[in-house]
Amino acid sequence: MATIIIPTPLRKFTQSQFTFETTAKTVGEAINELINCYPELKNQILDEQNNFRPFINFFVGDSDIRTLNKEQTPLGENDVLSIIPAIAGGL
Amino acid sequence: MNNIGFSAEELARYNRHIIIPEFGIEGQRRLKAAKVLVVGTGGLGSPALLYLAAAGVGHIGIVDFDVVEDSNLHRQVLFSKEDVGYSKVEAAKKKLLALNPHIHIEVFNTRLTANNALGIISNYDVVADGTDNFPTRYLVNDACYFLRKPNVYASIFQFEGQVSVFNYIDKNGEIGPNYRDIFASPPPPGLVPSCAEGGVLGVLPGIIGSIQALEVIKVVTGIGKVLSGRIFAFDALTFQTRIFNITKDPNNPLSGNNPTILGLIDYEQFCGVAPAPANAAPIKEITALELKQLIESGANFELIDVREPFEYEICNLGGKLIPLGEIKERLDCIPRDKLVVVHCKMGGRSAKAIELLLELGYHNLVNLKGGIIAYASEVDTSIPKY
Repeated sequence: MATIIIPTPLRKFTQSQFTFETTAKTVGEAINELINCYPELKNQILDEQNNFRPFINFFVGDSDIRTLNKEQTPLGENDVLSIIPAIAGGL
Repeated sequence: MNNIGFSAEELARYNRHIIIPEFGIEGQRRLKAAKVLVVGTGGLGSPALLYLAAAGVGHIGIVDFDVVEDSNLHRQVLFSKEDVGYSKVEAAKKKLLALNPHIHIEVFNTRLTANNALGIISNYDVVADGTDNFPTRYLVNDACYFLRKPNVYASIFQFEGQVSVFNYIDKNGEIGPNYRDIFASPPPPGLVPSCAEGGVLGVLPGIIGSIQALEVIKVVTGIGKVLSGRIFAFDALTFQTRIFNITKDPNNPLSGNNPTILGLIDYEQFCGVAPAPANAAPIKEITALELKQLIESGANFELIDVREPFEYEICNLGGKLIPLGEIKERLDCIPRDKLVVVHCKMGGRSAKAIELLLELGYHNLVNLKGGIIAYASEVDTSIPKY
């Protein structure tokens, strides 16, 4: 199973779960599965046209899916899908 | 570089740097010759400044417009109780020169804006961005790109931190990715809370700000592999540290194939936090002093607090608690037939609540300007600020 790592700002929408296990075969399917499980995440991750929001990045391993096959990027058995959102705190 | 010398006292101070073979006297000379600008003297700026000053960066600039508050002290280790109420940059300068009198500190007691950013940054070799909002993040990024200055970026939220080095020019003269390559556009206002709203574990900026100082030192001295083209992410709760690759986006409006941003822009507007357009219904405001008079006059009005329950526990004005996220479900608790004053911590969430309610036909709402924090400052100083 692949693992999605949920970042801190999104954990309030996943009942404080840090990770999500999935058998999905692509990044897009995995994110849809995650959203089905935690519907409040949808507005955070997808825009009105169901596209990934531009201030949230998805990495399979250490690679940005924009440099791979975007939402069609395949997910392997032991892959880790990280969600990295923009955060701006510093003070 | 060889004309930069050290006194016996400085050589003793920097001895543990100088005896590292990869660093040596040459590394220390580079630090002394360097001009580093730190934007934001908060949770990140505090440890970053302490380490940069201690390390012997010869010229440090500090930009901040704020004053020290009690709520800063759990993480902004540069400041003490005695500094509360005083200018952050002046308090920082005093502390840093006490730590290392062999360096120069230049302070800019102002907000970094599109009008002053290029002028301030142009005199420095490296920028460390430790600000707390998206408009300034994009401003620092763009200004550094136009001036070809490396931008050592760090950011935190609750338990999570990020670090990267943007606009870094490598030995082949190639410029690395910048902030817009990874975060093409900012989140809509309100979607990602600030540390003031969402909180931050006090020690986290200590860790991330120290890593930021490390990357500044690597950029200046040329040692090691700079975090350019990569972003470091740290989760304090799980202790996961991850590094991801960042590539240049050909559609980047600043540095891509067909750039459309050719100079600094209006960053408040870009991030959607500009004042409402003229045709939008204006949000009426009431000041803390006016609210006090309203209470004392015995007027018939409703006070609604749109913060979260844990904030209400810290302090409240006795208003009806309806968190922003529950507004639409609890319209029956919000009267339409009398004046309703809405407040939050600082005025942002209550303005958002009023915008929602205006769309639903409410006309009787006013926003407490500056929120309960303004009330605590201007009316009742016994109310704790958080």
